[in-house]
Amino acid sequence: MPVLQYREAIRQALAEELTRDPNVVVMGEEVAQFNGAYKVTEGLLDRFGPKRIVDTPISEAGFIGMGIGASLLGVRPVIELMFWSFYSVAFDQILNNAANVRYMSGGQIHCPIVIRGPANGGTNVGATHSHTPENVLANHPGIKVVVPATPYDAKGLLKSAIRDNDPVMFLENTVLYGDKGEVPADDYLVPLGKADVKREGTGLTIVTYGRPVILSLEAAAILQEKNNISVEVVDLRTIRPLDIDTVLASVRKTHRVLVVEEQKPFCGVGAQLAYMIQAEAFDDLDGPVARLSTVDAPSIYSPPVEAEQLPNTQRIIKAALAALA
Amino acid sequence: MSKKPSTLPDLQSPPPAAVSNAAMDPVNASLTAQEKIALFRQMMRIRRFEERSLRAYQAKKIGGFLHLYIGQEAVAVGSCSLMGKNDHVITAYRDHGHALAVGMEMNPLMAELYGKVTGCSKGKGGSMHFFDPSRNYWGGHGIVGGQVPLGTGLAYGLKYKGLKGACMTFMGDGAVNQGSVHEAYNLAALWDLPVVFVVENNGYSMGTSQARSSAGLLGKRAEGYDMAWGICDGHNLYEVRAFMAKYLELAREKCKPSVVEVRTYRYRGHSVADPDNTYRAKAEIEEYRRTKDPIQVFQHVLLDEKVLDQALIEKIDTEARAEADLSAEFAEASPFPTPDDIQKDVYWEADNPSERKSGGRLFFN
Repeated sequence: MPVLQYREAIRQALAEELTRDPNVVVMGEEVAQFNGAYKVTEGLLDRFGPKRIVDTPISEAGFIGMGIGASLLGVRPVIELMFWSFYSVAFDQILNNAANVRYMSGGQIHCPIVIRGPANGGTNVGATHSHTPENVLANHPGIKVVVPATPYDAKGLLKSAIRDNDPVMFLENTVLYGDKGEVPADDYLVPLGKADVKREGTGLTIVTYGRPVILSLEAAAILQEKNNISVEVVDLRTIRPLDIDTVLASVRKTHRVLVVEEQKPFCGVGAQLAYMIQAEAFDDLDGPVARLSTVDAPSIYSPPVEAEQLPNTQRIIKAALAALA
Repeated sequence: MSKKPSTLPDLQSPPPAAVSNAAMDPVNASLTAQEKIALFRQMMRIRRFEERSLRAYQAKKIGGFLHLYIGQEAVAVGSCSLMGKNDHVITAYRDHGHALAVGMEMNPLMAELYGKVTGCSKGKGGSMHFFDPSRNYWGGHGIVGGQVPLGTGLAYGLKYKGLKGACMTFMGDGAVNQGSVHEAYNLAALWDLPVVFVVENNGYSMGTSQARSSAGLLGKRAEGYDMAWGICDGHNLYEVRAFMAKYLELAREKCKPSVVEVRTYRYRGHSVADPDNTYRAKAEIEEYRRTKDPIQVFQHVLLDEKVLDQALIEKIDTEARAEADLSAEFAEASPFPTPDDIQKDVYWEADNPSERKSGGRLFFN
């Protein structure tokens, strides 16, 4: 099977969907002539031309709102945010217009738009560029939220997102863009709302998504080797819709659970998960739901300290051992 | 700031309405008597519908806000009467007039105000959120300026699909200071999108006069984006049609955007909750009513043209009142949505379960 980088897998998904559906348009800052700020869209302009691959000015509220409007007439815009952190200047367009237009029209309208780009810390770009808004986005009914961890999932989920008739927010990760993995060259889909057990285990369930999936897998291998602890890693892949059933099945098997998220803790995704796990699997738990989040402060610049603010392998191991104590 | 009512705002009135010139414009000269009567009737229907809705609001049949369009009818009716198959409309929260002007019926509109399931948005949108995509009417949007990028996107969609049409993107004078409007202006001009930005300048953004909120001429801001622009007398329906026809043509034929500032006036407060006694003088409102009321102005024109006579005016008025009354009866008699309806019309996938591809939970109760 071909081995691709995470960014190449996303590019392949874009190229396949651009080929399949003439209504798909890729737009965003530097996506065309510059080949993408993170080279995700490299080569697409040459292949598909300027009508399909569109450079926008730095004007997120303008071009996201424009994409939403175009989607009402059947265009299927896939809009790149150079950083998801920039969503805040387009908040009204995304979370008032895209999220609500179907509801406020009594179901007469749907809004098939994808907004994608990286949402992560860990690259020493400071607080303004390190937001992880999956909890904020998922707090808005009408919106779907996807956070892929691997090249395989990134391609299959993005293709599903582009074909989806609801607005889908697709949160990537600059640290993962160079990660490699097996990616089938064919036209496969990974459905939204299906979690994936990335590692099977019996002693502890780690529920996570995005880059912490990779870190949790590393931690699980070390815990197995050094502490003889069998850890199951459940990758949510999608935050909304949420495949809580796969989470609960794992909890019912291991009876212990640690939620790991690259999120500030207050009102984060982990808070919702902890609530649902205790509400629906209380009798299966042998201890409280444990949680590891980003340390609760704006993202620090200082490179060695930022690595400690985020979930990392050592912090996950420590949290796992504490959860089992 | 002083709470003293302002004197007449500096509206920098457009040149004296060249009624006869506008009447001779081909877009008006070609109208049949029946078509002229229909335009008059449409304005009257909007006026009577809104007066009826105001009474319902005062009787506490309607919740939330009620932003009345009374005084501005010629703008929506004049503009929307020019719509072809591929022309689209989007507007802000003062949206009742546009909804009727694009051909929506009174019943679903009044029922929407009453929060009933027979409303155009099933009681989920309310006064600010009327929609009818089958009539190319895309709302009804509550956030000042928020709809302007959407209208630009509708124009983008038209151009992308190779359709010859235009999107009339309406906003109020208060919207022109929002960033989203300027971002949309830039994109429309940069990419030659077929959009006409219509600034309905009624002189006040809520209770703040134009003089206290906006520097310079509102329409002239188009020049910064190399867009065509103009200022139009919004009290005169012929004038609105002649003016808008020109800019719609520019959009449809040349794919060029423009900004049209339409000078108009609202007689009622920003919303019904607005006491309307802090920022303008009653005499100002009366002066507009007496000299510039769009229905009165057009009525005089059509009387002069012998298209209307008193008997017909009364008949049209009576019918409009009766229609509005019937719509209130329809709304009153209609059921409310049920709590079970709250979570419908949120996700397309949830509403189309046989076509659902995703798994997992969409709702979290």
